[in-house]
Amino acid sequence: MDTLTQLRDRIAARHITSVEAVKAVFERIEMYEPVIGAYLSLYQDRALEQAEAVDRKIAAGQAAGVLAGVPIAIKDNMCTAFGTTTCGSKILENFHSPYDAHVVEKLAQADAVIIGKTNMDEFAMGSSTENSGLKRTVNPWDISRVPGGSSGGSAAAVAAGLCGAALGSDTGGSIRQPASFCGVVGLKPTYGRVSRYGLVAYGSSLDQIGPLTQDTADAALLLGVIAGWDPRDSTSVSHIPVCDYSAQLEKPVEGLKIAVVPSLLEGADSSVQKAVQEALAVYQSLGARLVEIAMPHFDYAISAYYVIATAEASSNLARYDGVHYGYRSPNAGDYIEVYSRSRDEGFGPEVKRRIMLGTYALSSGYYDAYYLKALKVRNLIRSDFTKAFEQADCLMMPVSPTTAFKIGEKTDDPLQMYLADVYTIAVNLAGVPGISIPCGFDRQNLPVGLQIISAPFTEDKLLRIARMHEKETGWHRCRPPLKSLRQ
Amino acid sequence: MEYKIIVGLEIHVHLATQTKMFCGCRLAYGDAANTHVCPVCLGLPGALPVMNKQALEFAILTGLALNCRIARFTKWDRKSYYYPDLPKNYQISQYDLPFAQHGYIEIPAADGQPKKIRIRRVHLEEDAGKNVHSFGNFSAIDLNRAGAPLLEIVTEPDMNSPEEVGALARELQRIVRFLGVSEADMQKGHMRFEPNVNLHITRNGQLFKTPISEIKNLNSFRAIERSIACQVQRQLEDFLETGRTLQMGNKSTWGWDDERQTTVLQREKEEAHDYRYFPDPDLVPVEVDQAWLTAIQARLCELPLQMQMRFIQAYGLSPYDAAVLTADRATAEFFDAAAALQADPKRICNLLTQTGLKLANERGIRVDQLGLSAQQLAQLAQMTDAGLISATSAAVIFEEIAAHGGDPVQIAEKRNLLQKSDAGEIETLVDAVLAENVQAVADARSNPKKAKKALGFLMGQVIQKSKGQANPKIVSEILNRKLNA
Repeated sequence: MDTLTQLRDRIAARHITSVEAVKAVFERIEMYEPVIGAYLSLYQDRALEQAEAVDRKIAAGQAAGVLAGVPIAIKDNMCTAFGTTTCGSKILENFHSPYDAHVVEKLAQADAVIIGKTNMDEFAMGSSTENSGLKRTVNPWDISRVPGGSSGGSAAAVAAGLCGAALGSDTGGSIRQPASFCGVVGLKPTYGRVSRYGLVAYGSSLDQIGPLTQDTADAALLLGVIAGWDPRDSTSVSHIPVCDYSAQLEKPVEGLKIAVVPSLLEGADSSVQKAVQEALAVYQSLGARLVEIAMPHFDYAISAYYVIATAEASSNLARYDGVHYGYRSPNAGDYIEVYSRSRDEGFGPEVKRRIMLGTYALSSGYYDAYYLKALKVRNLIRSDFTKAFEQADCLMMPVSPTTAFKIGEKTDDPLQMYLADVYTIAVNLAGVPGISIPCGFDRQNLPVGLQIISAPFTEDKLLRIARMHEKETGWHRCRPPLKSLRQ
Repeated sequence: MEYKIIVGLEIHVHLATQTKMFCGCRLAYGDAANTHVCPVCLGLPGALPVMNKQALEFAILTGLALNCRIARFTKWDRKSYYYPDLPKNYQISQYDLPFAQHGYIEIPAADGQPKKIRIRRVHLEEDAGKNVHSFGNFSAIDLNRAGAPLLEIVTEPDMNSPEEVGALARELQRIVRFLGVSEADMQKGHMRFEPNVNLHITRNGQLFKTPISEIKNLNSFRAIERSIACQVQRQLEDFLETGRTLQMGNKSTWGWDDERQTTVLQREKEEAHDYRYFPDPDLVPVEVDQAWLTAIQARLCELPLQMQMRFIQAYGLSPYDAAVLTADRATAEFFDAAAALQADPKRICNLLTQTGLKLANERGIRVDQLGLSAQQLAQLAQMTDAGLISATSAAVIFEEIAAHGGDPVQIAEKRNLLQKSDAGEIETLVDAVLAENVQAVADARSNPKKAKKALGFLMGQVIQKSKGQANPKIVSEILNRKLNA
């Protein structure tokens, strides 16, 4: 199957039409989606119309965008003026956004064809997509296992070839971890690199949109389209220009210095450790030097994250109250009941848990002990990263301590689920970019991801470093055996 | 027993920016419900706020006028509470780092001298929408106002009478109008006041403080003064009856019933609100650098009370006239410009307040937009002073210029309004009148009871003979001289 870049090139060269490409993807969707469950909504008619328009444009010799005619999936927490934007929640099950998110506009400007919106943990809260209030998504490598989360639908769709590439969002690892579980590339850009306008907020100071793709070239291509300043997002960055990520991709980083934290690696399953060690050996064979460093505040990342993210979430999700839009309980009497019953019936248990955690952390008398303390920890973690990047070009570590776990395995123990975010969360707290690339398989033939982290706004270098490994190993070309799933 | 009234104020002022605080929606009052809304002010999923720079500049300008210390670093906080007119269920406001603090406002006090009332803080926030309860079993919500920039000003408890609070309210209205940062129309709810009132009572050498009453949402000067007077009376009676004094949590909340002209109890005890303030992660902190602050400072104008005092001192105007002229900036500056041109300020004041303001009100425009320049106004005053025209004619010419334009002298000539001041010519007329009115002349000369009336009659006859063009001052001089001869 073509990568996004290959497909794009073939459409541009008129070897295949966009309509053919989109139809092919929908044929695969028809075959595999009933089992995988990657999508919350699909837009075949709309996609084909757009594909036809792109084909006409190309046939007429008009300038077409860099993603002309390729089928893209987006996570269902990005607003689209068509269809629904549910965030995987019953409270927004029938919500129609009147406007497009910034990234959706960018995709349209690049002539991409959005084919559907993918499943996710409700409001992006979760690491397995099991918290979706609307659908179950399975891992294409083993359908008894989770695809990871919260962008599990996007990762599964890319892995199963149910789209050319997808967008996800990452608040504490929600792009990188499912990418790792599903054996695809997942990139979380620097906070502020991609506009959050139209991304339904979970933890506003942590959320960032990024690509989930078949390889690093696709990630570079897609990032190039969505990155950049947007005046509608005050936290998007205007003063640092967007690089041509694709142009530099094949250029290896000379004298690459990789920081590793030995104690961190030891916390992962042995099969994960082994795959990451092998990846490091690959880099060493390419001339890279390993630098052992300490990240003294890394251990506090989970605690700080679950205070900051839930505090912001408790405020961000206050608007879903049954008054203005979204689910309203039919059982409510007065307006107080409209609030309490709509929220009680509309939100799932994990969302409620995090709203309560966050509300508590912000309450008068607790603010200093929790929220303010967490902000201080966040600063210390940020400075850990700053120091690391003074010594090395990047940091490497696992994405997750384990490979994809069984559906239902951790649902009864939220704390276990939270602890599995140990490697990804600090990256969001520091706001730095991180990528997950496939680096091998465990004994059950489940993909393992290598996480590479670099300094703010060095996505170009990050992608080049990732590309060095990809080129050398070819793990990214492994695809899940789907034939048996045909219905 | 003696008592002192203690009042502090919390004031909300709507800023007259083009657009809302955090989105591009136009600010329009009275338009059809929900016609000025967008994803941001509707609080839709995924929408993000962007600060309106003009709103912050208006706010800083007001802070400067209130002699505040302007913060170089300020930020936005979320204030959480659930209410249907608040779409996000949090309000973007400022908590611990307001943009302005520690200022004061000067108000005209009872003794005619300005009194300083300290300003504790000024911060900027977004307004909520409006719940409308006129649909039977349902309530509706109008979000046109949601997201409008709102200035919150908190004073120290430095006011000691209902009249002082009223004076501060009026003074603040004048200031924000002078600065052009708010229309400050009380009827449209552009300004809302919430006084906190209590009494310091001294009895047998001991000080007692009564529990504080907060009066909510007052939007007329009269309501402010009367509601405070009501509370003063009530607190006094309550103290004499129960001896209750100020304690933690015994602050009560009151509303104003305009029909019954009395305050109504809303909440007996202070509710423990937890607004769960925290910095809004969607907005970046604001740094006000020196260059920006200097640029805003340059837009500061002379404040109304200063101008009023200056008009009294420099131009010798009465406090009443000075207050009328400084009610709005355009009138004050127009007067100031004319008065600086070597004409009698009192005469300019009369022309402006009696003719100018009347015309401006009729046309719904400002006095400086009537079509008459400050130079022409000064010229009219000078002509009147020089006896070239009468005060009545000056008003006529004023109206003529305002209606059709033109030059004061030419109009005076064309309409035969120039007075005759030629003593010889007037003397001829006086002689003729004296000869024709023997009885009146006799009365004027030797009947003390009728002298004044007779003199007036003779004056009138001379003016009439001149077809109204004789300068009354000169007529009077000549007449008096002849009668006394």
